[in-house]
Amino acid sequence: MSTTQNTNPSVENPAGANAHAWRDTPDLRGHFGPYGGRFVAETLMAPLDELAKAYAEAQKDAAFKAQLDADMADFVGRPTPIYHAERLSKKAGGAQIWFKREDLNHTGAHKINNCIGQAMLAVRMGKTRIIAETGAGQHGVATATVAARLGLTCVVFMGSEDMRRQATNVYRMRLLGAEVRPVESGSKTLKDAMNEALRDWVANVDDTFYIIGTVAGPAPYPAMVRDFQAVIGRESRRQMLERAGKLPDALVACVGGGSNAIGLFYPFLDDDSVKIYGVEAGGDGIESGRHAAPLSAGRSGVLHGNRTYLMQDDNGQIMGTHSVSAGLDYPGVGPEHAWLKDIGRANYVSVTDTEALAAFHECTRIEGVMPALETAHAIAYAQRLAATMSPEQSILLNLSGRGDKDMASVAEAAGETL
Amino acid sequence: MSVVEPTEPAVNRLTQRFSDLKAAGRTALIPYLTAGDPQPAATPGFMHALVEAGADVIELGVPFTDPMADGPVIQAACERALAHNTSLRDVLSMVARFREDDATTPVVLMGYYNPIDRMGLDDFAARAAESGVDGVLIVDLTAEEAPEVVPSLTAANLSPVCLIAPTTGEARIKMICENAGGYIYYVSFKGVTGSASLDTDALAGQIAPIRRASKLPVGVGFGVRTPANAADVSDVADGVVVGSVLVGQIAEHLDDEAGARRALSRTLGDMRAAIDVRDDKRKVKQTEKGEHA
Repeated sequence: MSTTQNTNPSVENPAGANAHAWRDTPDLRGHFGPYGGRFVAETLMAPLDELAKAYAEAQKDAAFKAQLDADMADFVGRPTPIYHAERLSKKAGGAQIWFKREDLNHTGAHKINNCIGQAMLAVRMGKTRIIAETGAGQHGVATATVAARLGLTCVVFMGSEDMRRQATNVYRMRLLGAEVRPVESGSKTLKDAMNEALRDWVANVDDTFYIIGTVAGPAPYPAMVRDFQAVIGRESRRQMLERAGKLPDALVACVGGGSNAIGLFYPFLDDDSVKIYGVEAGGDGIESGRHAAPLSAGRSGVLHGNRTYLMQDDNGQIMGTHSVSAGLDYPGVGPEHAWLKDIGRANYVSVTDTEALAAFHECTRIEGVMPALETAHAIAYAQRLAATMSPEQSILLNLSGRGDKDMASVAEAAGETL
Repeated sequence: MSVVEPTEPAVNRLTQRFSDLKAAGRTALIPYLTAGDPQPAATPGFMHALVEAGADVIELGVPFTDPMADGPVIQAACERALAHNTSLRDVLSMVARFREDDATTPVVLMGYYNPIDRMGLDDFAARAAESGVDGVLIVDLTAEEAPEVVPSLTAANLSPVCLIAPTTGEARIKMICENAGGYIYYVSFKGVTGSASLDTDALAGQIAPIRRASKLPVGVGFGVRTPANAADVSDVADGVVVGSVLVGQIAEHLDDEAGARRALSRTLGDMRAAIDVRDDKRKVKQTEKGEHA
């Protein structure tokens, strides 16, 4: 195991002494420093090896890349634009805020970038059945969408509590031909849906491909999902150089499991001048204990196949989480984020439900862009950060998804009924 | 200052038990219970009842909020135990309490890595050994990650019991066996605990590569539901692990501890009897073979 963990990373110095320690990760066994790896029941080791091998081969195959690029262009609608949010910037009174418009992707969020890639792998491996977990339903919808297009059987596991909160997405998935299987165990939310998907996979390893929706899970998932999402950062880095004439001074993205964030951050990691901020769900506030911010207030542990920061109690039991945004309502976080935090390359902060809702309304009203509640966390922090910067500086924010799915939650928070 | 005499390493109860059984031509019966189910005070009594009904080794499950390799029966048991806040510390004190009246039956803790990780590996190993635990099976600890964990366990004279699955190839079997101790737990089918029933005919072939890689005894679990299953498994394995069927008995007697104890005794006792009959038959056959030779 690497012993290069920075004991005292400087929060305000992203290019600190160990800030480049991400370059050698993950190692051959999927470790990002002490994080990541593979912690699963033995039955899953063979399918994980099979997946890692198939992915490594696909990466070297020009035809795979060409097909992926074609699908990203014609089916997803890439490249997505960057957009200068001038009124929001002016209101914040500092740096210029730019949006990377992942909300304009087919199905309305960044999730589909990863689903297309993994589904192509599934077909390449001869798998005929796709399973997925979902919280808010965005990853479930994206998975059901690619499964419909490729003619694959699709089963989506979703906590019964989340199904109630996200009824429209449940219906969307069913329209797309997916079976949505309610999960009644534990807290009946995203983490339990992931447990259930892993159980299903153990029992059906021969014909089933598990499309994990975020940069968590056992290796090779965290690095593979990152690679499929890194198109966000690659495109926007080029676009910022073209449009703004220089790299952004800061990146901001919301972090639940962390796939949209790592997708934006990864191609900028070597740009020492670019500060990086991941925004976790602060719920009712970190001090309240009712939040979903493992990097801000959790501790290292092992869940869902990898070592990472977790919301856990003193006995190592996983704690319930809270966020107004179902997509951030998860007690863990991708292992690469854990490592980027420890080495000081990225900073992780949190935004409360109230702040996120205020940012949702403000962005909707003055920019005409209705963000997902997950994304609203990033907007709230970007406003705060911009105010501390000068107008010549710029912030690139990943506008990871659109807010249509959140109408009921927003109305409920405002005391209205639809 | 007193001089501490160097002592022989304590004999591990688990190793001792399997070698005694082998000498006697007997198959180990290994029941599983989730500690703290349906409430913490019941567990030591259940363990004694299992021993009286013929248990040779007890696997005691450490409840976890996210038991991703377990089926609905054991998930529900974890939830019942956690409703009483049953912690790893509590499980260790249950073992200590059991040890007050039973100094010989080996106890293996079975669970997920995070509660152990939270306690701290060395701290856990020391406390477990002190409480009278003999082996530890960490369900989500793969052979790749095991080298960081196993030395702490063996230093405390705890056997690292490992899982092998139908999907495990021969190279991995070797790697797993290198770090394993006590016995090998062969998962008899692809699935979670308590799901399908097992195919005993296929078992012998699946166990063969484990026999080639290790001298450790092999226990078979996942899918042993009836006395007949148990007897069939005893033909090819050194141990029979029974879990969900027993936990299911507890679930049926949630407000009746004495009734649960009786049901556990009866269920395990029937399996014991079936295995004993088969063990005896096998011995007779072997004696006949010896006479004809």
